[in-house]
Amino acid sequence: MLDVIQKQLLEEVADLHEVPAGAYNIRANGEMASRNTTANIDIVTKTDGKSGIDIKIKDGTKNESVHIPVVLSQSGIKEMVYNDFYIGDNCDVTIVAGCGIHNSGSKDSEHDGIHRFFVGKNSKVRYVEKHYGSGEGEGKRILNPVTEVYQKENSYVDMEMVQIKGVDSTIRETKAELEKGATLIVHERLMTHGNQSATSIYTVELNGEDSSTDVISRSVAKDTSEQIFEASIVGNNKCNGHAECDAIIMDKAHVVAIPKLDAKNIDAALIHEAAIGKIAGDQLIKLMSLGLTEHEAEEQIINGFLR
Amino acid sequence: MLELKNVTYKVTENNIDKTIIDGLDLTVEDGKFIVITGPNGGGKSTLARTIMGINKITSGNIILDGEDITEKSITERAKAGISFAFQQPVVFKGIKVLDLLRLAAGTKISVTEACEYLSKVGLCAKEYINREVNSSLSGGELKRIEIATVIARHTKISIFDEPEAGIDLWSFNNLIQVFENIRKTINGTVIIISHQERIINIADEIVVIKDGKVATRGTKEEIYPELVKSSSITGAGCSKLIEEGPVVC
Ligand SMILES: Nc1ncnc2c1ncn2[C@@H]1O[C@H](COP(=O)(O)OP(=O)(O)OP(=O)(O)O)[C@@H](O)[C@H]1O
Ligand SMILES: [Mg+2]
Repeated sequence: MLDVIQKQLLEEVADLHEVPAGAYNIRANGEMASRNTTANIDIVTKTDGKSGIDIKIKDGTKNESVHIPVVLSQSGIKEMVYNDFYIGDNCDVTIVAGCGIHNSGSKDSEHDGIHRFFVGKNSKVRYVEKHYGSGEGEGKRILNPVTEVYQKENSYVDMEMVQIKGVDSTIRETKAELEKGATLIVHERLMTHGNQSATSIYTVELNGEDSSTDVISRSVAKDTSEQIFEASIVGNNKCNGHAECDAIIMDKAHVVAIPKLDAKNIDAALIHEAAIGKIAGDQLIKLMSLGLTEHEAEEQIINGFLR
Repeated sequence: MLELKNVTYKVTENNIDKTIIDGLDLTVEDGKFIVITGPNGGGKSTLARTIMGINKITSGNIILDGEDITEKSITERAKAGISFAFQQPVVFKGIKVLDLLRLAAGTKISVTEACEYLSKVGLCAKEYINREVNSSLSGGELKRIEIATVIARHTKISIFDEPEAGIDLWSFNNLIQVFENIRKTINGTVIIISHQERIINIADEIVVIKDGKVATRGTKEEIYPELVKSSSITGAGCSKLIEEGPVVC
């Protein structure tokens, strides 16, 4: 059974108040807390010695969802989890992952996960991953997710990666390989404060003809926090790639955006846009002229920006 | 009542002082409908921005209902009852039209109420309420939303900087009604910066600003013929050019 803190974490990372409909696997403090499978979606614990699960989704599974949230509420836990998603052909599914760490102790808590997605032909996957940290302890909340995506012909993957609060240190690595006609969309939203640090590294290989990707990151760096955004798109065929990093920098923060475009085909069209800057003065002025204080105006601008 | 006393606003550009508002005096009575007009570059927008507190004046005093607000911030002036619709509306990322109207109203107004404000400025509310206030909106659409934010505030002083710019004819008629209503319903003061004859026509008073000063002021009967005759609205730009060199207008 989950305790109150774990339930709060679950709400933050997966919008779950009760057990979700459909398939799910809830992991709490390093162990499986509950699981449900459906006729089309099977979840099995790995047997090769590694910690983690295999999620198998049958061909043609439509309008189903899988929730696999992870919560850590015990200070000092360090875990490494391998989750593999095998998504058949012609599917249309939603996968909700996410990790919440509550650390009120003095030891660091760390969750490192490797998620691999094998997406079948013509399948559509929406993936949502939220990270959240809470607790007053000195111990750090650390999350290092690795995501690998292998997309077959004409598949479509839409990933939403969100980390708004409380994670002290994170290195996110996302790699994708796309076959003919496949599309990968990534929306990352990130806010760091205090002396947190966050690194996001994306490498998308557009291998198939007419494959395409759009990697969009919006972030806010406050206080003395540090962010590094690295997007690398490789065009090995006739393809379209676009990466965008839009960051608001505040206080004494540090933001680095590193673009890398690598075209190996004359018909590869790759674009990178990066903008880092403080909150626009005229936006503040407009909201203040509506009666908001400067601080309230800032909050509204940031909330909108990260929505 | 709003009083500007000997207001001067200077900027420094390439180490040279430039006086944009030059010892300007102006009193605006409550419940009046004032149109400020005059040549491009005369200082109208700058004047409005100094009233809102966006531009800090170099010297002089701004007094609202007997209280000196010269040192007050934008927020304080907004709370004291001044609203300002920008000549160039500001765009955001992620803030929706509904959000902006709620911030303007100062309470979480219902969608229906928000829609009413949009209808007043001639926008089909359903299509806009959930749009982001970003540069995907057209110039005219942004302008109308900007006006709606000021209407939603219901303050005693509402300043509109060229509200007609980019607004089509049909909406323009409604807009004039909106201005009339502000005056009728809350006995508010409406100050409109405009070059439009039809807006000038409905004003109680016209103030002509030129070279950072009040050039003339009076009823439309007094001012309008003079404006047209001396073409001080349209001709001013040219006369400036002539002063600087032999340019034929
Ligand atoms: N920050 C500034 N630095 C330099 N010059 C400025 C600044 N702000 C305004 N000005 C100048 O002051 C003058 C008045 O500008 P303002 O925008 O107030 O004119 P306006 O009367 O509103 O004109 P328009 O009818 O074209 O809107 C212009 O010549 C403008 O270039
Ligand atoms: Mg102007």
